[in-house]
Amino acid sequence: MEILTYSFMQRAFAVAVLISVITPLIGNIIVLKRLSSIGDALSHSSLAGVAIGLCFGFDPILSAVIFSMLAAFTIEFVRRCFYRYSEIATAVVLSFGVGTAAVFSGFIKNSSAFSSFLFGSIVAVSSFELFVVIILSLIVIVTVIILYRELFFITFDEEGAQLSGVKVKTVNFVFTLLTAIVVSVSSRTVGALVISSLMIIPVACAMLISKSYRSNVILSVIFAVLFTVIGLFISCIYNIKPGGTIVLIGIFILLLLIPFRKK
Amino acid sequence: MSILQVSELCFKYPDKTILENISFSLEKGDFLCIVGTNGTGKSTLLKLILNILKPTKGEIKILGESASKFTSFDKISYVSQKATGFNADFPATVEEIVALGLYSKKGFLSFPKKSDKLKIESALERVGMKSYSKRLIGKLSGGQQQRVFIAKALVNEPEIIFLDEPTVGIDVKAVDSICCLLGELNKSGITIVMVTHDISSILYHSNKVLHLSEDGSAKILASEEFNSQTIFNHVHHNH
Ligand SMILES: Nc1ncnc2c1ncn2[C@@H]1O[C@H](COP(=O)(O)OP(=O)(O)OP(=O)(O)O)[C@@H](O)[C@H]1O
Ligand SMILES: [Mg+2]
Repeated sequence: MEILTYSFMQRAFAVAVLISVITPLIGNIIVLKRLSSIGDALSHSSLAGVAIGLCFGFDPILSAVIFSMLAAFTIEFVRRCFYRYSEIATAVVLSFGVGTAAVFSGFIKNSSAFSSFLFGSIVAVSSFELFVVIILSLIVIVTVIILYRELFFITFDEEGAQLSGVKVKTVNFVFTLLTAIVVSVSSRTVGALVISSLMIIPVACAMLISKSYRSNVILSVIFAVLFTVIGLFISCIYNIKPGGTIVLIGIFILLLLIPFRKK
Repeated sequence: MSILQVSELCFKYPDKTILENISFSLEKGDFLCIVGTNGTGKSTLLKLILNILKPTKGEIKILGESASKFTSFDKISYVSQKATGFNADFPATVEEIVALGLYSKKGFLSFPKKSDKLKIESALERVGMKSYSKRLIGKLSGGQQQRVFIAKALVNEPEIIFLDEPTVGIDVKAVDSICCLLGELNKSGITIVMVTHDISSILYHSNKVLHLSEDGSAKILASEEFNSQTIFNHVHHNH
């Protein structure tokens, strides 16, 4: 355990735990709105942003954020056209993201930089990134607490929420923005290919045993922190990729929980 | 002053006229049933009143405000036709769902209060669901869910409640008890506007009937004008 005394490891732990707190907060709404695939669509779009950024020499994280925001609003827009089939929207945007990322990744000189975005490079977290993640986490946590009832209402019944005076469009806009930022910033550390799992799996675990909406939110955060901490320890000890380890632990716990699901 | 005034209302889809030149008005304390065969535009009419859809022509005034500018959301409640169409695995308790009904009164940035809890309890008590407050909504029967949605509509003490076929798919006894409940609410002063196919609730509780025809026209009848036979005709033989 002496590895934890290194400051780069402490930073890695801090960032991973913060990300594991905010991703299920977003994930809860996404899963309950039946938009689980949105995380994939956004993370692949942010990869497209990374590829383009690395190709043309802008900051890859910034272009990832811009790309996933564009993708998020495209999804929100297309979703209105296919109201009951919103997976069409996410599938189209995901394909666009993969296509763009694949084409531009061919032109990147330093391919290890790109692959660090694919699977994350949690140990390479700089103090600046730690700072960004702390600010981002605060913003997400505060927003989710302030908009708790609005998000719950819209997720349960969008039309009813509108008729009770919830500013549905504004809340959806804010939420979409948050989702895009969370996905692109956290793909840097945990990897674009696993960020979506980190949004979905803890929520899935919580749904098996939760007895209310509130407990679902709280449990999903607890699960995500648990997977992350266990996953990071295992990945340190056996020197394996952290992002993948965290997700596999999550799946393992999900399977363990299935026999205990509420009837 | 009438609580709801619909004047010369028209609604068309590009290929089809749904409502043609409809006018009627309601006073405080009215209990209106909207009847008509499937597809005559009953749900559409409610959605127009609630500004979910925009009329092609005509005017709707609700509580003195134009429907398109209506903002007194705390004074109305709506139980939609697909209220029970949500995902059965949605993890929310009865109590949490009913609490959403308070949103229109409390608004953005407010904290749960002790009095909210009492209001939720008494709304659930009125629909006979108090002992279910901690249960997951998806684990209740259709009729029980419908009662919960009525409790959600009641909890903010609205002046008007709109219901779209609240008794569909519910057994006869439950229909009766929901209708009696609505009758009681109506006696306590709440105006009720309900789409229904249920003849007995029309007979025993309502004082006005709006009958929509397939050609888009509508006729409003007062309670003195109908007896079980005319209602039967209106519901079953569109004429
Ligand atoms: N998007 C649309 N485009 C064209 N026509 C539509 C559209 N949506 C609904 N309609 C038509 O509008 C009409 C009215 O629908 P509405 O749901 O108001 O009927 P309803 O009286 O509530 O029927 P039900 O008794 O089945 O609930 C129907 O004939 C339907 O075919
Ligand atoms: Mg209808």
